[in-house]
Amino acid sequence: MTDISITIKDRTGKIHSVNAPTDMSMNLMELVKSYEIEDEGTIGTCGGMAMCASCQCYILSEHQLKEMGDDEEAMLSEAFFVKENSRLSCQIFITKDLDGLEFEIAPAS
Amino acid sequence: MIKTDILIIGAGPTGLFAVFEAGLLKMKCHLIDALAQPGGQCAEIYPKKPIYDIPGFPEILAGELVDNLMSQCKQFEPGFTLGERADKLEKLDDGSFIVTTNKGTKHKSKIIAIAGGLGSFEPRKPILENLQKYEDNGVDYMIKDPQKFKDKSVIIAGGGDSALDWTIFLADICKSVTLIHRRNEFRGALDSVDKVIELKDKNKVNVITPAEVEKLHGDKKLEKITIRINQDNVKEISTDFFIPLFGLSPKLGPLSEWGFDIEKNAIKVDTFDYQTNIPGIFAIGDINTYKGKLKLILCGFHEATLMCQSAYKILNPGKNLILKYTTVSGVHGFDGSKKEAEKSVVKSINS
Repeated sequence: MTDISITIKDRTGKIHSVNAPTDMSMNLMELVKSYEIEDEGTIGTCGGMAMCASCQCYILSEHQLKEMGDDEEAMLSEAFFVKENSRLSCQIFITKDLDGLEFEIAPAS
Repeated sequence: MIKTDILIIGAGPTGLFAVFEAGLLKMKCHLIDALAQPGGQCAEIYPKKPIYDIPGFPEILAGELVDNLMSQCKQFEPGFTLGERADKLEKLDDGSFIVTTNKGTKHKSKIIAIAGGLGSFEPRKPILENLQKYEDNGVDYMIKDPQKFKDKSVIIAGGGDSALDWTIFLADICKSVTLIHRRNEFRGALDSVDKVIELKDKNKVNVITPAEVEKLHGDKKLEKITIRINQDNVKEISTDFFIPLFGLSPKLGPLSEWGFDIEKNAIKVDTFDYQTNIPGIFAIGDINTYKGKLKLILCGFHEATLMCQSAYKILNPGKNLILKYTTVSGVHGFDGSKKEAEKSVVKSINS
């Protein structure tokens, strides 16, 4: 079994529990898109290059994530609605240790 | 009034390739784009990023791809209306369309190809109370005419290239320039960062970091702003202008009012020729949607090619069209240029 489960709170507050594959080198932004949780064109605008912040999310569970790269940190420094637990979901790849992860999608801007 | 055969809205890779394909069928194109240069996202957002799935190019930078597409379609002499957003659509009785931009430029054509990607790029606005009140009354999101700021005091906010570049540029023109950024680090070209530091050391610009703009004040016009420095130090600064430069985000914008069938923020098309529900208007590239759609540049090229076949039939009713191969027919530019394969030489040997 290569799937893990992830819980996503969308921009309206609705909770989605989804299966996420760990063998497709997919990231969390792509996961949101693959389940069509947010409207097309409002998330992952730059395609996942940490260049637009449209996929900003808030990590709600206690998972230890890989540290932010310079790109992600710089982009978040220019984004709006940024909180302590903000990350760019396109920079977080789905791996086994993320099983049970919970995150919320930040408002569109 | 600009008149053309095919009016293309969006000068990204798909729009530029459509110029070439249309040119092969002797149709002339004009492009409108909200950005100041052609290339769309490839030029604006990621010119230095490599792309690996353009057929025939194992690796090509997005900026190079745009340069190549520009040079490929050059002989078909496309016209450009840049830095303007296509706002209004009118249909005339003779079946042609008039598209007017936000600056009032009018374009007339029988065929429209929407190749607008994710929409037109609009400045991302900071979340500040009363921001709208001061728009064009002290708040600007783009610098179109730097002379407007001559001998004025200006506050720029942002940490990317445009914030740095304009700080440098305006330093010579303005009475004072203050750059505010949420962090101490800037995300820009190294030499721009060095230049700003040099200007700061010479007291030619003020740089305040880490700081954020909190409030705007002024009766009718912007007069001063409140900033929060280092979390707890609040300060008011008098200023004539506030220019937030937080990048651009694409918006479908006025296109959503043109009467198209919209699904998933994209325009529904018939996959026969990528025509929309409005006859004579096609949608190609990332802006369209259909069953099985993939938002890839290479798919946009294919859609542009098929679209031109139907466009030709609309523009030339009753004329039969035959597919021609460029290897056989060559490419004959509207500028008089001619490209074709060299003829092989047949020579007999007399002995």
